[in-house]
This record gives sequence, C-alpha cells and structure tokens, in this order.
Amino acid sequence: MPLYSARVLVSLRPSVLDPAGEATRAAAGRLGVDGISRLRIGKAVEVELEAPDEATAREQLELLSDRLLANPVIENWTLELKDASSAGA
Amino acid sequence: MTLGVVVFPGSNCDRDVQWAAEGCLGIPTRFLWHEERDLSGLEAVVIPGGFSYGDYLRCGAIARFAPLLQEVVAFAERGGRVLGICNGFQVLTEMGLLPGALTRNQKLHFICEPTDLKVEPGSCSWLQGYSSGEVVNFPIAHGEGRYQADPELLRQLEENGQVVLRYCRNPNGSVGDVAGLTNAAGNVLGLMPHPERACDPATGGVDGRRLLASLLG
Repeated sequence: MPLYSARVLVSLRPSVLDPAGEATRAAAGRLGVDGISRLRIGKAVEVELEAPDEATAREQLELLSDRLLANPVIENWTLELKDASSAGA
Repeated sequence: MTLGVVVFPGSNCDRDVQWAAEGCLGIPTRFLWHEERDLSGLEAVVIPGGFSYGDYLRCGAIARFAPLLQEVVAFAERGGRVLGICNGFQVLTEMGLLPGALTRNQKLHFICEPTDLKVEPGSCSWLQGYSSGEVVNFPIAHGEGRYQADPELLRQLEENGQVVLRYCRNPNGSVGDVAGLTNAAGNVLGLMPHPERACDPATGGVDGRRLLASLLG
C-alpha cells in the first residue's frame, strides 16, 4: 500500500487568546527583535499513513485532525498531504 | 450505593476524592481503572483531577478514548450522575458531555490557592445544599482552567442556568467567570475547583462536603 506523509498544523482560533504567544512576543522585544505585531503558537504534527489511495488517506487524516489532534471548539487545523512515496509496504 | 472514582495513569486526586467521600462522609467508593468497563452498582462516577495520560496533546484529549469512558458516556445518557473535577472537567469537555473547552490560564501561571466561588444552584440537584448566591471557598490547582465558549454558547448556558459556579475574582481569564457548569439535563457537572479538598477540617474548610454528599442523591 502507498505510504502518505502529512503535516497537520493546529493553531488556536483567532478569537482565543494565546498567552504563550504573547509571552514569547514580549521576549522577542527583549531580544531586540522589534516590530512583531503578531505571534501565535500552535503545533505541527507529522504523520505517515498507509492507505490504498489518496482520497482514503485524506479522509482518515481529516478524521484524525478533527477528532483528536485539534479541539475544534478552540482550535483550527490545516492538513498538508504530500504525494505518496513508493516506500510503502 | 457506591461512588465510582475513575483512575487514569496520571490521575493524582483519586485518593483525595476517596478520602473526602469515604473517610469524611462515609460514602463507599470503588476505584475504576481506565481499562475497566464495569459500572454496575454505582450511583455516581467522579472523574478526578490530575494529568490523565500525561495530558499529552491537550488536557483530557487522550483520556476521552479510554474504554472506561465509553461506559461513562452510556452511564450519563441513562441519567447517571457524573462529576468531573479539574482534569475531570477538561475530560468531560473533550468528550463532549459538557460544552466549551478549557485552555491555558490567561497569565500562564499554574495557580494553586483557596478561591471564593459564588454558587448559583438554580434547579441543579447537585447544589441544593447551598443557598442561591452563597459564597464558598474551594482550592483551585490548575494551569489550564480558562473556560472558553463563544458568546452565543455562553448566553445559552446562562439562560439555561447551567453556569452554577462562578469565580468571585476570576483567576484564569475564564469567560463569564465560569468555574463550573452542568449539561442541559443537569446530571453531569464539571468544575475546575476542588471540592474534595474542602471536606476535611484538618486541611481547611468543609464547604465541599455538601456537594460531594449530593452525589448519592
């Protein structure tokens, strides 16, 4: 079966305060990096998945992202699905 | 008539709940390991505080898939009483048994301190031991207790009388000062503060006793 690689990016919804991002933004100023108007911290999740075809891979990854990797009440997610590699089992 | 206390790898308030219920109030308790499925003979289930499965990914996100919690969903749907304290509240929101979500405290600190709470019992059977507007003191101990709900959801919860506990001085940035809320049916209650740590006079006040006593109806 082909092996698909994907990266899921999870970020807090824009309406949800990101205090860790705010703290990091403040530290950037102390480092001497000025002019940062926005800094939001999220997660990048790298996944490899065997699936019979790309549509199935996408469907499984969307389920994973929406039901486990992100909490849609407070987080958004985006899925980057790469082409299948031939290294799959 | 027994109270079930859920135990995940990483739970750390399970024994506090047992001490408060059994040691202080004489309510028989039974620990429920996360891989079990047997809830027979239980009057109510408590999901205690701690760091279930290390709280990896998000607080409560992995606990939601525990075999035991599939049974807890069915138990709640049959009208069984489920109380989630601190991490247990986070788990209940991740499971969808309670609306909204809990996330990082506004000022990032882990806050561990006694906290005044205003009780708005309404028709909530859990809180009939308290008078409307009564101020009680329970400890809080959390880093991710900031309750989040969009304005429309919060309005609905308030209209339905589901917001039954509010912080007198909001410690974590929760919307609407929400410290605890129930589901629409009223049989599931989640709160960030720890009533089980307010049951033994040796460690402070006993304001939590009436809440835990109501677990057995």
